[in-house]
Formats: sequence, structure tokens, C-alpha cells
Amino acid sequence: MITHTYDAVIVGAGGAGLRAAIELAGHKVAVITKLYPTRSHTGTAQGGIAAPLGNMEEDHWEWYMFDTVKGGDYLVDQDAAEIMCRESVEIVYELEHWGLPFDRTPDGKIAQRRFGGHTHHFGQGPVMRACHSADRTGHMILQTLYQQCIKHDVTFFNEFQVLDLLVEDGACAGVVAYHIDSGELHTFHAKAVLLAVGGFGRIYKVTSNAHALTGEGVAAAWRRGLPLMDMEFFQFHPTGIYRLGILLSEAARGEGAVFLNDRGERFMERYSPTLKDLAPRDICSRCIYQEIREGRGIGGKDYVYLDFRHLGHEVLEKKLPDITEFVRVYQGLDPAREPVPIQPTAHYAMGGVPTTVDAEVIADERNTPVPGLYAAGECACVSVHGANRLGTNSLMDILVFGRRAGRHMARFIAAGGRAPALVGHNPDSDVRERIERLLARTAGEPAAAVRADLQAMMMEKVGVFRTARGLEEAAAELRALRERYARVKIDDHGRRFNTDLLEALELGALLDLADATIASCLHRTESRGGHFREDYPTRDDANWLKHALIYRREDGRHEFRHKPVVITRFQPQERTY
Amino acid sequence: MATRFRVKRFNPERDQAPHWETYDVPVEPTDRVLDGLHYIKWYLDGTLALRRSCAHGICGSDAMLINGRNQLACKVLVRDAGEVISVEPIRGMRVIKDLVVDMEPFFEKYRSVRPYLITEHPAPERERLQSPADRERYDDTTKCILCACCTTACPIYWADGEYVGPAAIVAAHRFIFDSRDEGAAERLEILAERSGVFRCRTTFNCTDACPRGIDVTRAIQDVKRGILGTRL
Repeated sequence: MITHTYDAVIVGAGGAGLRAAIELAGHKVAVITKLYPTRSHTGTAQGGIAAPLGNMEEDHWEWYMFDTVKGGDYLVDQDAAEIMCRESVEIVYELEHWGLPFDRTPDGKIAQRRFGGHTHHFGQGPVMRACHSADRTGHMILQTLYQQCIKHDVTFFNEFQVLDLLVEDGACAGVVAYHIDSGELHTFHAKAVLLAVGGFGRIYKVTSNAHALTGEGVAAAWRRGLPLMDMEFFQFHPTGIYRLGILLSEAARGEGAVFLNDRGERFMERYSPTLKDLAPRDICSRCIYQEIREGRGIGGKDYVYLDFRHLGHEVLEKKLPDITEFVRVYQGLDPAREPVPIQPTAHYAMGGVPTTVDAEVIADERNTPVPGLYAAGECACVSVHGANRLGTNSLMDILVFGRRAGRHMARFIAAGGRAPALVGHNPDSDVRERIERLLARTAGEPAAAVRADLQAMMMEKVGVFRTARGLEEAAAELRALRERYARVKIDDHGRRFNTDLLEALELGALLDLADATIASCLHRTESRGGHFREDYPTRDDANWLKHALIYRREDGRHEFRHKPVVITRFQPQERTY
Repeated sequence: MATRFRVKRFNPERDQAPHWETYDVPVEPTDRVLDGLHYIKWYLDGTLALRRSCAHGICGSDAMLINGRNQLACKVLVRDAGEVISVEPIRGMRVIKDLVVDMEPFFEKYRSVRPYLITEHPAPERERLQSPADRERYDDTTKCILCACCTTACPIYWADGEYVGPAAIVAAHRFIFDSRDEGAAERLEILAERSGVFRCRTTFNCTDACPRGIDVTRAIQDVKRGILGTRL
């Protein structure tokens, strides 16, 4: 057993983790990542990061906050949203000061564009709020943050997979990580731990999420008795490349691209008369499936078109170069000349590990913090996204709450925060047992077969439209998949770079997170934001204007608790666009 | 349709030297080479080791030598890769296992050119202004995803591991030609050293290999001219 001792350990090297690391650079801090930092999924974000700079037209943080709250179908905690929207301007200037190569207006300011659900005057019409660097804004953010970490000499443990969270007497004591190169287990003993592990879109078959996004950190918290919040809210982005799920940015529609059905109609005009194709993602995804169900998918099939043709080559090459190339490479099409087949793709978990506005993980509905444990970014639920995240807001979320996490962790350490002693057992014994069990088995089916069946089942039964019957079937199928998982075998019994073993371990996390998602979907008997129940098709504020926390008890049973939504400035209204 | 994959394998716990294995893989012409490698790993031989993450050419994990050219396995379609697809690790790096190489020296060289904005003047309250023309000057080199396709296609790098390599020069270029940056002199000094930019013999392998379409050779020439300019 190899043990490291740090003041702070950050798990994950995407935007939230790196932003926190910069804040903690004066302390003894380590960033642990299963990849290399520049491979993190923040780098695939495309269209922009919102901030009411007002560089193009009038804008205000109150408008931005209203859009965020309404976009989240009023499940957003408004204290958190206010913090994010107020801090957004400073965050964008900070990135610029660190060298982020934003696109520029003719007078040299940061250029901004339209994005789904972002409006002026509280919903009157679209506003140019998304600061961008072509359609590779996430790449630029990730690079810039990593560059700052180099400047500040931050310590990284690359290609270490965190598999367990150490919790002693209700306080966090560190993590256990598997070193992929050597197969050795490392225990990181720390005063403060930040989970910044990103999403877990790989529970679905068609997803924009990287292969790495399998949610071990989130599953580890759940296994250790901590709750997950709002897990029924999973966003399907309307414009994934047909079958592959690769993201085509909402910036496409921000620049003027539109949806077309089989009849060549701009069908969003019927559903969303004001914002049309720039309605929020949950609405667009449902409308696409509605068109398909009514027989207006292209050729009667399960996709529609995203039409860029009227934008012309120059706009595509200048403003949307990467997605233009994705369409060329993966679909063999020229988007300037042909409409592009798209379908909704599993994109973003609004739910996750619940936290305070300072990213402290909470253990219950009374906001009791778990000392020393923090979470930020997609893996967390603070909740600024409520029932549906607006485009660009994941990038602002990771930066605002990554920074706040780092600052609070620094205060916690300075105030004499101590890592609980690791007593009475080997901290890595649970992980070791899981690994040895997999390595010892020599017969069985491959983990990949179980994973493929899980992903197909989740896509079919826990997708954009949900019913009690489908969800109950999903729960039963999940139990069967768990039994199969207990018998999977791996081919690789070596120690060095054993990604066969790693993928089998990842599948364990995917099964847990699918379990929490299905149960949470069944629990919420209303439709709100990204969660649409065909058997309960309307929003039910009287019973459901609240967050749901799901726990897994020792015997594997689920327990739900509820937390009120924080409402400050904007009372719930009917949500139309 | 089955396509034949030839994969160079090396298991440090078992093998003295690398060897080739052949697999017939049921892939569609529109599948990615990465999909074929996944099929092998998931259903034929789980011991195959490779890196990958985003699977659409942005994260830079899966640079490999495919049919003799450095490419990202997620950006090459089976139909464009011929009847038999040969896959090897990128060259010039220590092989850890199969298609996985030691990336540490590569990132060390990247870090050596001070790849972060260096400024002496305090930042304004709002953004620094930069004209679209000034922004355009370094646009090409901001696209780099650090996949190492360029550096490991360079014959100078193969022969001399001390050479900083094209990717690190691209990273330096991105800052040297950024109107906001004030660290050009120190970066040019680093790149003027023996291990620096003058090792380049303009073979254009790097430019051919770049999956992001960066004109790497031109960036290297820009930096060479920058150094000669400061010496004058």
C-alpha cells in the first residue's frame, strides 16, 4: 500500500478541478485524473460561455439569472443561480486575463453570440450573451486552465483512477486510487477532497459524452451512504450526429441553423413561437421526438435535419469550423450544401452530489455538510441547473463553483481542518477486494456485453419520454444486469495498464448510477424540465416543487428525502417560449 | 463485412519484443478505426491496451500509427483505411503496453516552453482589447490538442530525444504571436538553444500528421524568424 498525504486532493482535471487547483496552488495540493488533464471532457464544449458583458447589446445579470431559473423549470436554487450569474462577468474577464483566445468584435472586445434560452428583458427575445472562441470554447478553457496550473506548478497524478472515498465518522479522510500504469493502489490521505469527476453519460447508448465519463466518483459517494440529488433530470441535447451522438453545438442555431422535418417545415415555430429553434434543449428534444412519433421524421425514420445551408461556407468555416469538420468526417456531408441528420443525444446530468453554494457536500435535506468533502461541476448538484440546464451554463458552473470550492477548501485547511485518522482497517481493502474478485474469475461473459445491454435499455426506457411501466421494466432489467455483472470475466489478468479491469470497474459505477436514475424517475410523478412522464404530463408545483435526495441503504434499498427549492427573486410561472 | 486489423502488440509482463496479431473484425465502412479496436478489445481480446476518450478528435488520446501514418483512431473511417488496417503505437516514445506509450517526456517538453500568458503590466478591470487581425495571427496554433501526432512523426525527434519537437514549438508560437503576451523573449531564448527550433529540417511530416490541420511547419518557421529577428 502506497500512502500520500496532502492538504487538498482534487479528483478530476476538467474545468472545475483545474479552477479549484489554481485557487489552492499555495497549499500542498494534488490533482488526480484518470486521463491527462488536457484530455478532460471540458475540452469538447463548443459554443460558448455566458456572461452579461453587454459587448454586443444591452444585458444584465438579472436577465441571465431569470433565464437560468426559467430554463431549469423553477427547480433551480435561486441563491446559487444569483451567485453564478453575478460572478460570471468576473470569471470571463479572469479567463481573458489568463490569455484565453476569445473571438473579438471589430473594436477588440470579447465577441458574443446567441444561445438557447438566453433572452433580454426576461424572455422578450434572444440576446447575444455567449462569449466564444469559434466552436472550440471548451478546448480553450481547458488549455488555459491547464496552462495556469503549469505556471503555478500544481502537482498532478495522471492516469490514476479514484475508486473509493474514505469517510471516517461522517468526515472525509481521503480517496483510494488505482494507478493504471502499475496496477498499484494508492491511498491519498487529505484534509479536504474535491470531487470534480464530471458526468456519467455513458449510462446511455447514444451520448455526446466521452468514454471516460463513467461516474466512479459519484458512485463512490453514493456507496458510502451519501445522497444523490435530482438524478431524474438528465439532459438530452437535441443535436447529436445521427446514431453517433457526437455533439453539434447549439451555437449552430445561435448562428442561424434551423430544424427541418420530413416535409421541410421549420417545426419549432409551431412549438415555440418566440424563441423558435433557440428554445431550451429539453423542449427541442421533445419536439423532435414528437415530430418523429407523428411520422414526420426524415423518411419516416427516427431523425430530423439540422439545416445550415443558408449560412454559407464563410460562416461555417469562421464560426463553426469544428462541427463543420465533424459532419464532413463522420457523415460524409457538406453542411453548406446538404441538411444534416441529427437526433437527441444524452448529454448532461443536472443531478449529482448535492452541495452548498461553497461546494461543500451535504449529507441530508437540512444541508448538513460532510466536513472535508466538496464537489463541483457536472458531478455536483448545487443546483444552478434545476430540471434543465441552459446551453453555456455548464462552463460557467465549473468555473464559478470550482473557484468557490478552492476558496472554501483553503479556508477549511487554514482554520485547522484535519484529516480524520485512518484507523482500524486498511483503507483500500474494499477496492482491493473488488479488484481481486474480478481478476480471479476466469469464465463468464465480457463486461462489454452487459454494458451494451445497459446502455440500450436506458436509451429505450429512461430517455426523453418516460412512463411508470417502462421505468418498472427498466428497474427489473437493471436487477438482471446486476446479476450478470456479478459473473463477468475479464481477459487481462496482468497489472500493467489493465484497461480491461478498469472498464469492468467502471461498469459497476454505471450500474449504480443507472439504478439511482431509474428509481428517481419513478419517484417523481410529474413532468418538469428534462424529466417528462407521459403518465404525469404536467408540472405539479403543489407536490413537486422540491429536490429529491436518493440514498442507498446497506441492504440496497432506496430511501428518498426532499429538500425545498430556494426561491428568492422569481416565482414559478408557466414556462413557455 | 469483416475487415482485417493487424495490431502491433507488446505486453511488458510477458513479451520480450513486440509482435503482430491479426483480427477479423465485423465493422461497417463508416465505422471509425477506433470502433474496430474497441470491438477487438471488448469481444475478441480484452488484453489489448489503448487510450481513448472523446472519440471525435478533440481530446487527443488516441494518436496511433495507422497504415504507416500518424492519425487519431477516432478520426479515420474504416472505408478510408484500406482492406487491411495496420495499427502500431506512435514512434519515438517508450511503449508501455500495446498502443500505449509513455507521454511524460512529451508533456515535459510542452511545459518547458512556458506555455502560459506572461505579462508585466497589470490587467485592466475589463478584458484586454485585441483586434480581430491580432487575434487571427495566432489562431492556427490555438487549435493544438497535444495528441503528439506531429512530434512523433518527426525524424529529427526520432533520432534525438532532446529535440523539443513540433508540438512544443506550436505551443510557444501560440503565445509568442499573441499581442497580449510579453514573454516572447524568454521563450525565443529557450527555443534558440541546441535542443530548440533550429533542429528542424522542414520535412513537413508534422504538418501532414496534424489531425487539426495546423500548419505546423509554418509555425516553426515563424519562430525561427522570430529568433533571427531578435538577434538582429
